[in-house]
Amino acid sequence: MTRHLLSSADLDREQTEAILDTAASMHDVQRREVKKLPTLRGRTIINFFFEDSTRTRSSFEIAGKWMSADTINLSAKGSSTSKGESLRDTVMTVNAMAVDALVIRHSASGACQQVAGWVDASVINAGDGTHEHPTQALLDAYTLRSRLGPLDGRHVVIVGDLTHSRVFRSNVITLRTLGARVTVVAPPTLMPSGVAAWSASDGFATSWDLDDTLYAGDPPDAVMMLRVQRERMSGGFFPTAREYTVGYGMTRSRLERLLAANPDAAILHPGPMNRGLEISADAADSANSLVLDQVSAGLAVRMSVLYHLLASDGSQAAA
Amino acid sequence: MRGDLLITGAAPLGGDPTDVLVRDGWIASVGRIVATDRPAGVDVLDAEGLVLLPGLVDLHTHLREPGREDAETIASGAAAAAAGGFTAVLAMANTCPVTDSGEAAERILDLGRSARLVDVVPIGAVTKGLEGEQLAELGLMARSRARVRVFSDDGRCVQDARVMRRALEYLKPFDAVISQHAQDANLAGPRACCHEGELSGRLGLPGWPAVAESTIIARDALLAEHVGGRVHVAHVSTAEGVDVLRWAKARGIRITAEVTPHHLALGTELLVGYDPTFKVNPPLRPSEDQEALRAGLADGTIDAVATDHAPHARHDKEHAFVDAAFGMLGLETALSVVAEVMVQPGRLDWAGVADRMSTAPARIAGLPGHGRAIAAGEPANLVLVDPRARRTVDASASRSLSRNNPWHGRTFAAAVHATILRGSVTHR
Repeated sequence: MTRHLLSSADLDREQTEAILDTAASMHDVQRREVKKLPTLRGRTIINFFFEDSTRTRSSFEIAGKWMSADTINLSAKGSSTSKGESLRDTVMTVNAMAVDALVIRHSASGACQQVAGWVDASVINAGDGTHEHPTQALLDAYTLRSRLGPLDGRHVVIVGDLTHSRVFRSNVITLRTLGARVTVVAPPTLMPSGVAAWSASDGFATSWDLDDTLYAGDPPDAVMMLRVQRERMSGGFFPTAREYTVGYGMTRSRLERLLAANPDAAILHPGPMNRGLEISADAADSANSLVLDQVSAGLAVRMSVLYHLLASDGSQAAA
Repeated sequence: MRGDLLITGAAPLGGDPTDVLVRDGWIASVGRIVATDRPAGVDVLDAEGLVLLPGLVDLHTHLREPGREDAETIASGAAAAAAGGFTAVLAMANTCPVTDSGEAAERILDLGRSARLVDVVPIGAVTKGLEGEQLAELGLMARSRARVRVFSDDGRCVQDARVMRRALEYLKPFDAVISQHAQDANLAGPRACCHEGELSGRLGLPGWPAVAESTIIARDALLAEHVGGRVHVAHVSTAEGVDVLRWAKARGIRITAEVTPHHLALGTELLVGYDPTFKVNPPLRPSEDQEALRAGLADGTIDAVATDHAPHARHDKEHAFVDAAFGMLGLETALSVVAEVMVQPGRLDWAGVADRMSTAPARIAGLPGHGRAIAAGEPANLVLVDPRARRTVDASASRSLSRNNPWHGRTFAAAVHATILRGSVTHR
């Protein structure tokens, strides 16, 4: 296994599947009365969050604690200028405490990769700017696999603000690694730069038309709705929330039409949801919604990631 | 230090080897001198196999003094310039305080004179405090001892077309030029730091689109035409920008342009590792742009090479990529890079290098003592280049106080051997 988890591309198919398989045994631990495993006893994990996060941080924290690691949460306001303490100084201070792993969330793309070049600890990317969020992609894949079985040939549609989404960037890698077919949907202003060349070389499809993607011949097995920040409207990426919902929201009518074609279609959302904007309450709360399964899977997947990166080589999953 | 100097066996502009006798800071003669006829007491500089060029002139350096003497001083920057073969450098105005008055310009001039390694020529701000609103004291700077002829708000493109028009118009009596950092700030966006394209999409870095450069070049060209002023495009970085320049020149507009060694030689793919050493404004561009820049420099659409030497303290670069400072070192490596990407592939000969790195920039900046022919009666501002010196760049060996050197570890096939400013050897 790799020393760091910075990008979903750090994991090949075998490694991705190993993490998901171990996560399945970890998931069983969650249902036990006593949830602690001794696996990471004596190890120190620092959750270093330069950007606010509730669910990802608590998920990593609980995962570490259930593995018996000493976990400490640190938060620092990301420096947005070149004044103040440098990122390197901030991180090296922590590195000097001989920690085993740094779980890092940062508002700047690439920050985790930079940190990995400086420190001795394993670095786990818990979301870097608009770049990647590999454990989110793993938990999404875990959730989908639990519902659909192997993902080979399955059609997954990702809809929303792709430009600013680290969830999209990691998911498209992990889903392709596991053999799924991926179509990404967004208005042209929310498509990442150069997506035509990118999608061609990485083997996924792009579309500006959600209805066309959902209903024209290749019904999706899963639809992942991404969070759209209302602030994007002030950046002129789209005119109004209402118009966005009409074009790209998982509305009740879209959900009904989707389920008519494929009653088992899964709905995912990485959270936090803007109900009424990119996803209707009907879709979020339907039997087809896997939103809470995603949260639950997050714990198991993060335990598995910690295990694979930190537990000494050759030992078995202790579940 | 300033005795007579005999340079033997050097090839002026890469032509036939000859001897050059320098007296009192001037070239006294060019032509073979039999050993027995050598003037007594003259210092002999053996230059067999070396190419002799007029001293290089850099239209674009950041010397950081006053204000950031931890990153560079005029003295350290001058030493780096001399080591790079330069005899004159134009110092950008974005210091702290900004060079936006005659007094500030004279101070830069005087600090440069006391370094005695290179002529340091101040560039004046176009607008007060680089704020883009009120004209700086352009006339007072032009009339000062520093005789400012190049004005720039570098890094902060003059956004307001009316301000730009007035500045171009006002400077006409001085035949001065505005060096514009062509970047539509609104179009590029406040965080732009990676060429907008597939890589910026993949890396999740804010894109800096080529069109934010080319549209400003087009606007400024038309403004210069409208008022009969002179505009210079700093560090053109895109193929579209070169196309617009070609069009404007064909139309007879008084427009000139420079390109940096790093935009000629380094590609956007270097950003894959998010190393802020490679963060520069405008950003490194894809290979198609590099090719267009090389072609534009070869055919003269781009008049000059300029370094945009931008030293930064280590701690200003050790931030997350989007937060780190823009800029990279360039003075000591410029000639080697140009030799590699232009001379070795046959796109420029040494006479062409002399034009793009000395004659043209001296003409653009209005420096009568630089960029001259290598002939008797001309000032002895010269550089000797070893076209076969394999040298590996070591960032820690730089004369600059900073270490943000994108060339570290690269081996170049040509190097500066010696630099001569008005007859004095400033680097050897």
